[in-house]
Amino acid sequence: MTEPIVETNQSKNKEWEPKIIAFLCNWCSYAGADLAGVSRIQYPPNIRIVRVPCSGRINAYFIIKSLIDGWDGVLVSGCHPGDCHYISGNLVARRRFAILKELLEFFGIEPGRVNFMWASAAEGERFAVLVRKATKIVKELGPNTKFQKEW
Amino acid sequence: MIMGLETENKEIENNLREIARGLLKEKKVDVIIGYEKGSLPLLSQPIIIDSEENVDKLIWNNLCYVNLAKYLVPRIPRFIDPEKGNLTVGVISKGCVGRALIHLASENKINLDEIKIIGIPCNGVVNRQRIEMEIGEKEILEVSVSDNNVIVKGKDFKKDFPFDEYMNELCKGCKIRKPPLISKYPDLCVGECEEYSNIADDFTDIEEFESKTPKEKWEFITDALSVCTRCYACREACPMCYCNLCFVDQNKPIWFGKTTDLPDIIVFHLIRAMHMAGRCVACGACSLVCPMGIDLNLINRKLEKIVKERFNFTSGLDPDTKPPMVDFKMEDAQEFMLEED
Repeated sequence: MTEPIVETNQSKNKEWEPKIIAFLCNWCSYAGADLAGVSRIQYPPNIRIVRVPCSGRINAYFIIKSLIDGWDGVLVSGCHPGDCHYISGNLVARRRFAILKELLEFFGIEPGRVNFMWASAAEGERFAVLVRKATKIVKELGPNTKFQKEW
Repeated sequence: MIMGLETENKEIENNLREIARGLLKEKKVDVIIGYEKGSLPLLSQPIIIDSEENVDKLIWNNLCYVNLAKYLVPRIPRFIDPEKGNLTVGVISKGCVGRALIHLASENKINLDEIKIIGIPCNGVVNRQRIEMEIGEKEILEVSVSDNNVIVKGKDFKKDFPFDEYMNELCKGCKIRKPPLISKYPDLCVGECEEYSNIADDFTDIEEFESKTPKEKWEFITDALSVCTRCYACREACPMCYCNLCFVDQNKPIWFGKTTDLPDIIVFHLIRAMHMAGRCVACGACSLVCPMGIDLNLINRKLEKIVKERFNFTSGLDPDTKPPMVDFKMEDAQEFMLEED
C-alpha cells in the first residue's frame, strides 16, 4: 500500500492559504477532476468544487457573488471549445468570460482572482497543473478584501 | 417670463414639423413621439402627437437628451389601440435614438414595420446638471443660445456657458449623429439619415485609463461611484433596460445586497455594465439623469471598446445582425484562459 502524501504545509507553519471556489462543468472538467483523483495526481486542496451542468450555465452573478461572499478566487472550467456536450455552451460562455475579465480589470479588481480554463475528461494531469497554477496566482494576490463590508 | 431654449437651428425645427405634419396627413403614422418645451427653462420633455394641430409643439434643441426608444420597449399603453392593436409610431430620432430602435429590433423587441424613424441631425446635448451645479441655488428664468454659447439668465445674473465645454462628454466624440439608414427597409427612415459602414472609433481616453495601476483604477472607480444612492435612474432612462424584473429587484434568490455600501454599489454597476455589453448605444441618458452626477460614460465607452476590438461590432447599425453576446464564433480570442506553461 502506498503511503498517502499529505501536505502538512498548513499545520506546520501558519501560512495563509487561499480558498478558491471552482465551477466545473459536469461533462468534462468534473470528470477531469475525478480522473486526477483516481490517478492520484496531487493538486492543491485549496479548491472547493461546485458541479454545474455546463460552463454556459455560469452566470456572471455566480462569480461576483462568490467574491462578495469572501472567496479569495474563482476558477471556472469547461470543455474545450468544440467539445461541449451541448454543442455551443462553452462558446457563448467564452464571450461572457472575456467581457467579465476585462471589466474586472477595468474596475481595478485584480484580474487573477477570476480564472478560466478548459480541461477535458481525459486530462487529469492538465487539470492538476492548471489548478496548481491558479492557486499560485491567487496566493500571490493575497486575501480578497475589496468586497468586504466595513461595519 | 419662462422661456425654453431658443436655438439658431430654426431650420431643423421647421423641417421636422413639416415632415411630422406630412406623415400624419398621409396616415403613414398614427402617433408621433418627440420633444416639447419642458416645464422649466433648462428642460425638455417628451410629447405624443396624434393630430396635425399639435405639430407646432414639437421642438428640437440641445436639451433634448431623453432617449425616446424607451417608450417603445415595452410599448406604453398610449401606443396600443384596443381595437387596432399596435399603432405605427413615428419617433423623432437623433443618432442614438435611431441606433437604440434598430438594436432593439435586432433583439426582436421592436417590429420595424410598426415604427418610423424621423431622422434629425444632432450636434450634441448640453450637460444640464453641470450648468445647474455651477449656478447653484439661484433660479434660472431664461435660457438662450447664441454663437455656440448657452446663455442662462436669472433675476440678477446672466452667465455664458460655452457649448463646446458644457456638452455631454459622450457627444464630443460621437460619430453617429444622424440615425442609420437601413437599405433593406426603405420605408423605415424619413428625414435626415445616413448610411454608415465601418466606424473608426478613437479610444485614447479609455486606453489612458487602462494604463493606470489596479490600485489607481480601483481608487478612481470607488471614488466616482461611492456617491451613488442606488436610485436606479440610470436603469429607468436606459432604452436597453427592459427586463420585467431587474436583477437588483430580485429577491428569490437575493443575488446582491440592496444597501448603498461600497461593495454593493460596485457590484450593481459591474453587473449593469455586463448587461450593457454589445448593447449600449452611447446615448448618455444614464449619466444625464443621474441625480448625483456620476459619469457612467467611462464604463460604457470601455464596453464599446471591448465589443469593437473583440467582436468587431457596433450596436444599432443593422437590425439583422445578431447581438454579440448571444452569438459566438469558434475562433473567438481566448488569450485570457489559463494555459499550461
